[in-house]
Amino acid sequence: MEPRVAYLWLIPALPLLAAGVGCVAPRNGRRLAAGAAIAAMLGALVLSCFALHLALADPSAHLVYNFRWFDLGNGAVRLGLLLDPLNGLMCVMVSLVGLLIFIFSLGYMDADENFTRFFCFLSLFAAAMLCVVVANSLLLLFIGWELVGLASYLLIGFWFHRPAAAAAAKKAFITTRIGDLGFLLGLVWLYDTTGSLLLYDGGNGVLESHVLGDLATQVLAGGLAASTAIGLLIFCGAVGKSGQFPLHVWLPDAMEGPTPVSALIHAATMVAAGVFLMARIFPLAAADQGLAAAPVHVLTVVAGIGAVTALMGAAIAVAQHDLKRILAFSTVSQLGYMMLALGVGSWVAAIFHLLTHAFFKALLFLGAGSVIHAAHHEQDIRNLGGLRSPMRATYATFSVGMMALTGVPFVFSGFWSKEAILHAASEWNVSHLPLYAGLAGVVLTAFYMTRLLCEVFWGAPRSPAAAHAHESPAVMTVPLVVLAVGAVALGFLGTPAWPWLQSQLTGEAVPAHSLLEGGGLMALSIVLVATGLGAGWALYGRRLRATAGADDPLAAAAPRLFAFLGARMKLDELYAATVGRLNTFAAALAVILDRWVWGGAVGFLARFGEFTGSVNRGVDEGGLNAGFDSISERIRGAGRAYSRAQTGETHGYLRALAVAFVVLALLALLGGGQ
Amino acid sequence: MSPLQLCVAFSSVLFAVGLTGALARSNSILVLLGIELMLNAANLNFIAFWRYSPAPSPATGVIFVIFAIAVAAAETAVGLALVISIYRHQRNIRLQEATRLKG
Amino acid sequence: MTAVLALIALATIGTAAAAMTRRSLLHSVLLLTGSWVGVAAFYLWAGAEFAAFAQVLIYVGAISMALLFAVLLTRRSREDFAPGPASRGRALYAILAGAALAGVLLAAIARGSLAVAPSPVPTVTVRQLGGQLMGPHAASLLVVGVLLTVALIGAVVLAAGTGPGKPGDAP
Repeated sequence: MEPRVAYLWLIPALPLLAAGVGCVAPRNGRRLAAGAAIAAMLGALVLSCFALHLALADPSAHLVYNFRWFDLGNGAVRLGLLLDPLNGLMCVMVSLVGLLIFIFSLGYMDADENFTRFFCFLSLFAAAMLCVVVANSLLLLFIGWELVGLASYLLIGFWFHRPAAAAAAKKAFITTRIGDLGFLLGLVWLYDTTGSLLLYDGGNGVLESHVLGDLATQVLAGGLAASTAIGLLIFCGAVGKSGQFPLHVWLPDAMEGPTPVSALIHAATMVAAGVFLMARIFPLAAADQGLAAAPVHVLTVVAGIGAVTALMGAAIAVAQHDLKRILAFSTVSQLGYMMLALGVGSWVAAIFHLLTHAFFKALLFLGAGSVIHAAHHEQDIRNLGGLRSPMRATYATFSVGMMALTGVPFVFSGFWSKEAILHAASEWNVSHLPLYAGLAGVVLTAFYMTRLLCEVFWGAPRSPAAAHAHESPAVMTVPLVVLAVGAVALGFLGTPAWPWLQSQLTGEAVPAHSLLEGGGLMALSIVLVATGLGAGWALYGRRLRATAGADDPLAAAAPRLFAFLGARMKLDELYAATVGRLNTFAAALAVILDRWVWGGAVGFLARFGEFTGSVNRGVDEGGLNAGFDSISERIRGAGRAYSRAQTGETHGYLRALAVAFVVLALLALLGGGQ
Repeated sequence: MSPLQLCVAFSSVLFAVGLTGALARSNSILVLLGIELMLNAANLNFIAFWRYSPAPSPATGVIFVIFAIAVAAAETAVGLALVISIYRHQRNIRLQEATRLKG
Repeated sequence: MTAVLALIALATIGTAAAAMTRRSLLHSVLLLTGSWVGVAAFYLWAGAEFAAFAQVLIYVGAISMALLFAVLLTRRSREDFAPGPASRGRALYAILAGAALAGVLLAAIARGSLAVAPSPVPTVTVRQLGGQLMGPHAASLLVVGVLLTVALIGAVVLAAGTGPGKPGDAP
């Protein structure tokens, strides 16, 4: 066993320490809180790099360090730390992106009076996320998972004096809780069946072959394997956290939080936790693949949900007007792509896309943050415009992020990771529907990103705020540049010609292919990207929006479709009409039951109690009290007598002690001696 | 008279002297000193019995004494602080006047 | 051997008795320090070098200093020492109690079977002592450490009073 793995706990511990410092720092201790947070993140980054180096020494090994948490009955609850290339890469990604966003926040939150609290929460989030990443026990992972949810709640509601932010925080928390309930049930079931929640434990972990074999052969009602049920329950958690259909509704609202939070939590890291979780437990999710008789496979469900989400998110993003909300739906869509890749069996492609997406989406969000900061918190793209010349650095980096997201070929990382996903989808032998959904999503992505870029940066300013915009300070633009470099360079780690990332993640050598392998598909997707870009340019770039009030060209062409998409496919209304109404009905029913049935029973019992009480009182007052009164009077008298002995004179006490000692010694000497 | 008897007698007399002092004097510092003397007398017993025990275990008596000395140091520190506190309140340190906590 | 012991005992008891009877507090403390030196000499005589060392360090070094400071800090109360009838009665009573205690204890010692064969002086090295302290007695050592810390803090808090802001607070 590698002893250095035992020190992995330091990675989440450092930001946790910083959170503690931020928590006790005085309100104006800005430098202290921010300095501690950034130093801790830097430390975590350095440690993560060491960890990654250690993991890459033998990519196929799972280095673990398990320890007992507490004893329970006959067994013991054990937790553990795990290190393999997947973990290592995630650690480096989370701490690097986190560090950049922390630095960006220095500039963005500069004017906020709760600066200290903000960094405390950010550090807490980073600690929880890193805890999720390094856990070797699903229990520890779940603890981190919930902490991540808590930090997300706190940060979305950071500006809690805005009703919208408070509501969004509540919505995010409750919606993800629905998924987490499934996750928890899955964990309980898993523990009940296997007696362990450790992922790798020298042959006894839940991801190791013979436990998986047992799980897959246990058949429940209807031919469903136990592993399928557990996998689907755990997937519920991933659906909630990663904003997958149908629990995606919280993610766009979460944009009420400060923009660095959106970048860190709701784009780069936390929402990717669901994808990470599914990749982590991929052996469990894939355990039922061999069962031909099973009515449903976990991975099929994952692929289906992912495809629906990818397409839906992209479609809704087309018709949004809020800068951050467009990016939020884009995130939903990209997470759908990742889930799609997982579902079609290529978790490596999912992780590849996760890593590249973390960089370019963080870049886009921070760029949006820079725009919002410059334009005095104006987020409506109809009111922006013309920011290209005053904000050159932001414009350049934002464009890099936009091209990476749309998948402009060959240079940008998003292209390679998206190709990997589409390639995996085309080889899936169950159905080709996910592939078609993915291809359609490519067109829509290119289209809405072109629209965003044209509306925000081109043309003339359409509001006073946009007209007075100026470039953000260096503390904000430097992270943008670093992220932009990452958004380009990261793609070259996983091209078909040099599949370094793939071979490191799987632990076995992946043969290199010619760049043009699967060239037909690649050519098709390039054409689709070009179509999307062209359509976007034709509609929004050729004739730039003149005034803030002008109609959207698409809305003019298809008003009802646009309104439908703009209202987010009416899903919130649908939930309000179904789940919400059901809830109201159940609540009304509960009120009736409470008031009449249970209330009546309780009322009867109360009357009965009252009656016996009055009988009791009569007995008490007549018979018992007199006796007790005289006893307590006597006790009081005794107390008065004793209190006379308490003179407060130390000498008296000492004297009494001496006399008592002499008497006792005499007694022992004369009586008990022999 | 065996040496052990002499030792124990020594400690008894020292104890009695300490007790007498603590009882006789009204100055709280001297009362504290008397108590210290009694503690020392008790420590003497530990060492004496350790010295003459049939098979002295490596260091038990000494360890007892070390702990007792540590506790005595703590006691003196708090005791003296109390004396200063009493002095601040009543401008003298006569123990028989510090009777405000009586029942 | 016994003669040395008797000498040590006489010196210790003598200084202690003198300390308890002196009028001047300062003299009392100094005499008592001599008595503590006597106790340390007894430890040396019994072969407990480390205990003697600790006795000198803590009592002769530290506690006597603290006492001296306390005496000097509470100097103004010297005029209270005028012996009155009450204090004479108390002294009589105290001497009675002390004599009774000593008598009982000495009678017990004389009657008891404390006659032991003369044995060589046991030796205990500091290494052994350290092993014992860090081994079987580690828990007590920790507790004593905590106790000392608490006593230190408590003493500071008690002696610190109400703070410089309200000098007239003390009645």
